[in-house]
Amino acid sequence: MDKVLFSSVSKKFVMALAGLFLILFLPVHLAINFMLLKSDPGPFNKAAHFMATFPLIRIIEILLVSALLIHISYGIYIQIKNWMARPVGYAIGIKTKTSFFSKFMIWTGASVFTFLVIHFSNFYFIRLGFVKGNPDDFYSVAHELFRIPAYNYIYLLCFILLGLHLYHAISSAFQTLGLNHRFWTPVVKVFAWIYAIAIPAGFAVISITIWQFR
Amino acid sequence: MKLTLKIWRQKNAKSKGKFVIYKMENVSPEMSFLEMLDALNKKLVETGDEPVAFEHDCREGICGSCGMYINGHPHGPVPAVTTCLLSMRYFSDGDTITIEPWRALPFPVIKDLIVDRSAMDKIQIAGGFISVNTGAAPEANSILVQKKNAEDAFDSAICIGCGACVAACKNASAMLFVSAKISQYALLPQGRVEAKDRVRAMVEKMDELGFGNCSNTGACEAECPKQIKLTNIARLKREYYKAY
Repeated sequence: MDKVLFSSVSKKFVMALAGLFLILFLPVHLAINFMLLKSDPGPFNKAAHFMATFPLIRIIEILLVSALLIHISYGIYIQIKNWMARPVGYAIGIKTKTSFFSKFMIWTGASVFTFLVIHFSNFYFIRLGFVKGNPDDFYSVAHELFRIPAYNYIYLLCFILLGLHLYHAISSAFQTLGLNHRFWTPVVKVFAWIYAIAIPAGFAVISITIWQFR
Repeated sequence: MKLTLKIWRQKNAKSKGKFVIYKMENVSPEMSFLEMLDALNKKLVETGDEPVAFEHDCREGICGSCGMYINGHPHGPVPAVTTCLLSMRYFSDGDTITIEPWRALPFPVIKDLIVDRSAMDKIQIAGGFISVNTGAAPEANSILVQKKNAEDAFDSAICIGCGACVAACKNASAMLFVSAKISQYALLPQGRVEAKDRVRAMVEKMDELGFGNCSNTGACEAECPKQIKLTNIARLKREYYKAY
């Protein structure tokens, strides 16, 4: 049974499913974040409160955190196994022209994870009571953070890295699930490009607007 | 052409290897890469030195034994050819050519540029066949095969098991090779009978031998001398999921 659960195919299957689940959450998060652009803190705080208290969302939240932990732990495990598969490297690195971003998934993923730790400490940990802050006014917490230039630089850099991660991740997940099609695979690749640009750009627009214009 | 060859020399599996530089003169652009190495070896034998060990057999791109890593590419920088069919006209006078053996945990170096590729055979033995009773060959047209499936199966079956996909993959994954072998049977009615057992056994053996995981980078497809497609890997995945 272990051989099935931890086979090279199964590990990637689990990783792909967890990754796609995380990807689906991003537009929801972005839609809520757009409420930060309103001058009235009410809608955003209400949405944040709803996300924090509605039972179904709480279940999804547990699934999301589980998916994140599974995606990360499997990603690290797979990467270590991959490094072990070539104990002696080449004197001249592999020059094959391939998907550039696919070579750096572990590093773009690690950067996104680092950002998530910062992000969780700013918001999620306030709610859990680990970090000081008003859990009923995340609007003000977000606005205060976006007014700090250094926070913005880190925020924007992390979203560029997230975009690079997403671009390969989406098309790769479909291939991993066995969904390769003469017509649909190129469509998925175009969609991955659009998604990888649009989602980080959306988050960036919000942070830059608050930083520069509010 | 005058060339500088930087070749990995390693006495045996246990010894530590190193690069040795050889100067070659009068290399004809009409030579194949292996003929150029033959010329080097002739020179080395004449001077009493140990010739460079490299694997070769058919020298017509069929057997898959002549694998070596040339200037950062398995089988050299020209797409869709094996080393034996790589012509020296693709190199220029004064070039330095670095030649290394395949690098992967399941491909230990035996000597110089020769690696032990028996891991590929072990995967094939695990399930890459169809069990049939001996006896007279059945009538070829008694089992009908859709033309497209027959063509796709053939496209997969042309994999020569050279190991270039493993050598090119940043993870040393054998997924393209295994997927080609799975596909060539999965697409044909005769292969469907044992499809589940086959994919389970071959993937399990591949993992057991220490090959890396596929991260869909596509280097295998780009370097495959037989142009085996990534669609085979997606088919392997589907076959694996169906098997459980």
